[in-house]
Amino acid sequence: MKFVMIALAAFGICTGAAEARTWRVQPGATAQQDLQTALIEARPGDTVRLTRGRFELTTGLSLNVDDVTIRGEGQDKTILSFRGQTRGAEGLLITSDGVEVRDLAVEDARGDAIKARDCHGITFRGVRAEWTGGPSEHNGAYGLYPVNCDNVLIRDSIARGASDAGIYVGQSRNIIVRDSTAEYNVAGIEIENSYNADVFGNTATHNAGGILVFDLPGLPQHGGHSVRVFQNHSVANDTRNFAPPGNTVASVPTGTGILIMANRDVHVFENEIGENGTANIIVTSYRNEISDASYNPLPRDIMIRNNTFGRAGFAPAGEIAALAQAGVPLPDVLWDGATTYFAGGSPHQDIVRIVMKDNRDARGGIGSFLSLGVPVAGSDLSEAQPDPSFPPVVDLPEPPRVEIRN
Amino acid sequence: MIFARLAAAVLLSLALAASAQATAPPGVDQSAVMGERPPDLLSAYRFFRDPGARQPNAGVTLYDLNTPLYSDGALKFRYLYLPSGTQARYSATDTFDFPVGAVLIKTFAFAEDMRRPEENVRYLETRLLIHRAEGWIALAYVWNAEQTEARLSPIGADIPVSFTDTDGAAAQLEWAVPNRNQCAGCHAREGHNAVLPLGPTARNLNRDVEYPDYAVSGGHATVTVHAGAANQLSTWKMRGMLAGFDTGPDAAPRMANAYDAASGTLEQRARAYLQVNCAHCHNPSGPAHTSGLDLRDGDTVPAEWGVLKRPVAAGRGSADFDFDISPGHPDRSILIYRMESTDPGTMMPELGRTRIDQRAIALMREWIAAMGPDGRAR
Repeated sequence: MKFVMIALAAFGICTGAAEARTWRVQPGATAQQDLQTALIEARPGDTVRLTRGRFELTTGLSLNVDDVTIRGEGQDKTILSFRGQTRGAEGLLITSDGVEVRDLAVEDARGDAIKARDCHGITFRGVRAEWTGGPSEHNGAYGLYPVNCDNVLIRDSIARGASDAGIYVGQSRNIIVRDSTAEYNVAGIEIENSYNADVFGNTATHNAGGILVFDLPGLPQHGGHSVRVFQNHSVANDTRNFAPPGNTVASVPTGTGILIMANRDVHVFENEIGENGTANIIVTSYRNEISDASYNPLPRDIMIRNNTFGRAGFAPAGEIAALAQAGVPLPDVLWDGATTYFAGGSPHQDIVRIVMKDNRDARGGIGSFLSLGVPVAGSDLSEAQPDPSFPPVVDLPEPPRVEIRN
Repeated sequence: MIFARLAAAVLLSLALAASAQATAPPGVDQSAVMGERPPDLLSAYRFFRDPGARQPNAGVTLYDLNTPLYSDGALKFRYLYLPSGTQARYSATDTFDFPVGAVLIKTFAFAEDMRRPEENVRYLETRLLIHRAEGWIALAYVWNAEQTEARLSPIGADIPVSFTDTDGAAAQLEWAVPNRNQCAGCHAREGHNAVLPLGPTARNLNRDVEYPDYAVSGGHATVTVHAGAANQLSTWKMRGMLAGFDTGPDAAPRMANAYDAASGTLEQRARAYLQVNCAHCHNPSGPAHTSGLDLRDGDTVPAEWGVLKRPVAAGRGSADFDFDISPGHPDRSILIYRMESTDPGTMMPELGRTRIDQRAIALMREWIAAMGPDGRAR
C-alpha cells in the first residue's frame, strides 16, 4: 500500500486533490525514508498512519504541509525512537498549519521531541514525549514545544524527562493544555510569553517545578497575559532541578507547585497543590537585568482562589533554603514583593495586585501567604523584609475561556 | 580596461572561431528549466557541455562569494544561469531580484586530498534553485559513482565520503543531501513555502574571480571568450546580466572574507561569518526568529547579535553559560560552545555540517576576546 501511494504521487495520477488520502508507514529498515517521504509528499487533508511498533530513526523528521494528521495506534504502541539520532535539532519539526499529531510516542530525541513553529492551529492528542533514561541534563530541552503558534491544543498527552519543560508553549496565542501528565521534567508544563491560555485537568508531578507561567524579556513576543490554571494536580514536585545552569528554568527551585513570573491576569483556581518541598505557589518578578524598556518584569493581577493546599516548605531549595535557614517560615504562597523595577536603565513602578481567596489547606485553614518584601525586582533576597499579612481582596476580572476549533 | 581586454578577446575569438564553430552545441534546455515536473537527470537541463559538469554552457556563468557557507569544508562550484535576454536586478542590500527562468547551480565536492583541491575531485551533489513563475523551487541531484550523471533526489540521501582534510588528517563523514523540507529549513522566509536564494548579494559577490573561457552564442555561431580575472559585478553588468548597477564595484558594498585577515577588521570578518552561516535563520522573519537573536551583518546593535543576551530555549545548548556572547570571554560564550559542538541537539547551525569549522572558531574566539564590555571592538 505504501509503495502504491508513492507511485501514484510520483506519476500524478491519483484522484482529485479534494479527496483525502491515507499513507501507511510501518517500522523497518526503510522507515526513515518512507516516513519522511510521506511527510513531504502528503497533500492537505491527508493522514499519515503509523502502524504499531518501534520506528528507529536517525534523522529528525519534518512536516511542512497544511492540514495533515500524523496518527499512530497509541502512545505506547507506535514509538518513534531517536536513540540513534545523528542529525536534526528535534525529533519532529512541524511548520505548517492545521496539523494534528495523535496516538504515538517520540522517545529520546537528541534535542526537542516535537517542535511546532509558526503554526496556525496545532493539535497534540494522546502523544507521549519521553526521555526513557529518566531525568538527565543530557536529555533534550522540550517535549511538546509549540512556539509562535496560535490555536494550540494539547490534550491527553504525556511528557517525561525534559531537561527544560515537558510541555512548553512559547510566544503563542490561544492555547489549551488539558488532561495531560508531565512528570520527571525540570518544568512540567510551561506557558511562556503567551497570550490567552487555559491549563486544566493536568497532573504535574515529580518535576522540579510543576506548572510555570513565565514572561521573559528580549523575545519577539512578550507581555504574557490572560492565563487560567485550574483543576490541575501539581503535587510532589520533588525531582532535583537538572537543567543546564545557564537556562532560565535552572533557577526554578526544586519543590515548586506553580510558579508565576512576570505576566498579568493569571488566575489559579480549584487546583490541588501539595507535597511541594519549597512552596505550593511562587509569584515573582523576573530577577535579571533588563535592557528592553518595554518589558515589565512584575506579576500583576494574580488571582489565587479555591485551591486546596497540601504540605509545602518542608524541603526548600535554592535561595529559598537560605531564607528558611535564616528563620523565615515558608508559606503555601510566596511572593517576592517587588513593585519597582529597572528596565532600559530607568526606574519604573507598577501596581501589583495579588489576591488570595477561599483557599483551603490540609489543616482546615485558608492557606498561608508570605511577601518577602523585596521592593525592587531582582534585589538580593538577603534584603528581604518578610510580611505574612494577606494582600487585600479585590475583584480581578477572569480572562475569558479559550475556545479552539482545530 | 577590463572591457577593452574582453572586447579584444571576443574579437580575436570571433575571428578564430567563427567558421570552426558553425555547429554550435545546443544551449540550456529552457523547457527542462520551466517544465512542471523537473527532469530526473541533471544532464537534461544542458547546463554543462560535458557529462562531468565541468564546462558551463552558454548563459551559465561561474560565480564565487567573499564568505561562503561552511559545509564541512566541501568544495563548491557555483553557476548562475539566466535565460537569453534576461537580467538580474541589482540591490545594494538584498539578494538580487532574478528573472523567472533563472537557475542557481551549486555543486558540492571533495578532493581526495583537500590540500590539493584541484586533483581527484569527486562531485557529491548539485543543488538547483530554479525561479519559476510561482516562486523558487529547490532540487538536489546526486552524482553517480562514475561521475557521469546526477539524479534527482527529492527526499535526500546519505553519501559516505573519505578524504584527507586541509590539515592532512584522514577524514570520513556521512554527507547528507537535504530533502525538500531541509532545503526550506534554511532558504524559507516569511511564509511557509517561500524558498529564496541566500548567497548572491552585492556585498558577497563584490570580488574578483578567475573566469574560465566561456561561450557566447550570437546568430548561428558560438564563440569562446577568454576573460581572466575580473570583478563579478562589473562582469555581470558588462555581459548584460545585471540591471540597475550603476555605481561600479568600488562604491558597492563588499563583505569581508571571514577567513582572510587582510580583508577586514575582526568585527567585519566575524559578522560576515555570522551573516552567511547563521542569519538565514537568525533574522526577524527567519526560522529562528523566536530566539530573538538577530545575526545579520546590517545595522543591528550588540544586544541583538547576542552580547549579554540570555538563552531562551537553548536547552543544553546553553552549556553552563549565561550569555550568547560574553564580551572578553569566548570560553563563557554560548555561541562558541554551539559552534564547537557536533551533537545534533546542541550544534549550530542545526543542519549542514558534521565537522567543526576550526578557522571560524579561531576567528570568533579572537573577536569575542578582543571585545569591549559593550560588545564593540575596543
